[in-house]
Amino acid sequence: MSAIGRTWSAAWAIARKDAVAELRGKHAATSTLFFAALVLLLFGFALGPDSARLAEASPGLLWLAIVFAGLLIVARLHQVEIDDDALEQLALYPVDRRAIYAGKVLSGLVAMLILGAVLLVVVTILYGMNLGPALPALVLTIVLGSLGFAAAGTFYAGVTVRMGAREVMLPLLVLPIVAPLLLAAVRATAAALGGDPSGELWAWLQLLAGFDIIMLVAGAGTYGFLLEDV
Amino acid sequence: MASCWRTSRHMKTRILGFVALIAIVAGTTVSLLVVPADVNQGDAQRIMYPHVASAWLAYLSGGVTALAGIGWLWKRDLRFDAVAVSAAELGALFTALAIWGGMMWGKPVWGTFWQWEDPRMLTTAILLALFVGYLLLRRLSDDPYRRATRAAVVGLVAAADIPIVHFSVVWWRGLHQGATFGSPDKLLHPAAPLVFVLTLMGMLTAFTLAWAWLMIRRYQLARTELALEERIRAGRLTAARLRAQAAPSAGTDGARTAGPPNVDAAGTGGALP
Repeated sequence: MSAIGRTWSAAWAIARKDAVAELRGKHAATSTLFFAALVLLLFGFALGPDSARLAEASPGLLWLAIVFAGLLIVARLHQVEIDDDALEQLALYPVDRRAIYAGKVLSGLVAMLILGAVLLVVVTILYGMNLGPALPALVLTIVLGSLGFAAAGTFYAGVTVRMGAREVMLPLLVLPIVAPLLLAAVRATAAALGGDPSGELWAWLQLLAGFDIIMLVAGAGTYGFLLEDV
Repeated sequence: MASCWRTSRHMKTRILGFVALIAIVAGTTVSLLVVPADVNQGDAQRIMYPHVASAWLAYLSGGVTALAGIGWLWKRDLRFDAVAVSAAELGALFTALAIWGGMMWGKPVWGTFWQWEDPRMLTTAILLALFVGYLLLRRLSDDPYRRATRAAVVGLVAAADIPIVHFSVVWWRGLHQGATFGSPDKLLHPAAPLVFVLTLMGMLTAFTLAWAWLMIRRYQLARTELALEERIRAGRLTAARLRAQAAPSAGTDGARTAGPPNVDAAGTGGALP
């Protein structure tokens, strides 16, 4: 098998392992989804009961819920490797370190896509959003936004996983980094829902894609250094 | 010879410090008392001289932090890490100064401390958050090598992020609402009187000299900190090694004799390899 093929199959194996572990455990995944839905419900308490205002704010609220729950997802995907020194074993595998990063991004992406799909339903119900015609653009926005968050979040989870106070350090480092992602994803979602009158949807999707590429390259290039001193 | 050279280097740093001090006093005097007030913005525009200089140094510090991180990852020399921490601390300081100056200028000119329509303000706020996160990350890592590596990669990713942040907030304004208020762009348009331009250049030079002096002093302090950390670590290692050597001779009743070998170890620490 070629070097690239080996890297991909290793990344795939890591992502599959994470998926199997989550499916067998179940509790973490369910509680993260519940947490995100709860955040959306509480935003309603904070801004409601005016449903027009909620509908107007819904793109921002949706993405804030995704970001908060996403922090839990990427932190957990690294946390499970710390128990029983599994990260040490991973670092010892004779594969490219980028495969480990790619595998973790992949499992983070899958988890975030499930989260995004569930939250779209929750937003439709709670804030009375009409997704119908906007759905293809919304799906694309969620895919690009989730990929960017998984790329940045996985890198920072790798930085903080063996630190004390990592519960505080991870959001502190990730939130300023994903500021442009949040901005672009919220604008794209708002444009998609509003029928894109000013034609800005495509520009925001391009910005999201640019963020994804830069974070993936930066993360893949530097993540290996973090495994040196396991 | 070496000590003579070191003394002269020390003198050069001192001279640099004095020159920077004089330059800042002169720049402040000129910008406050000599240069006329701006026709449209009045005296508030005088804030622009230190503000622009601080903003320039904020971004310069960010660049130096990232480059020093690359240096560490490449050469594995802790001196690069000492440069990185010095630049990051000065970066946090000058970023905070730039934001503060911007707010002081914004209140009389725009009517608000915080202007959501100014992309530079938002980018600089994110930059401050990145510097603070970087410094906290360092604070919470105690092994010098691990800390240097973590800091280096975090600095690199942050440096890759800043252009996207700036791009996104510029687009935000551009796509969503046209520029309305006077932006800092218009402070120094080509028609600005030469005396304004010269004052700004002078202030930039003065601040950069002060930055260079602070960098040198902070770097020296960082080296001292590293040396101290290294000595403490070496002392601990020696003590642990001696304890390990002493343990077998303590026999089966380790608990009773655990104290004296330790005291012994501390006393003879210097004589061992």
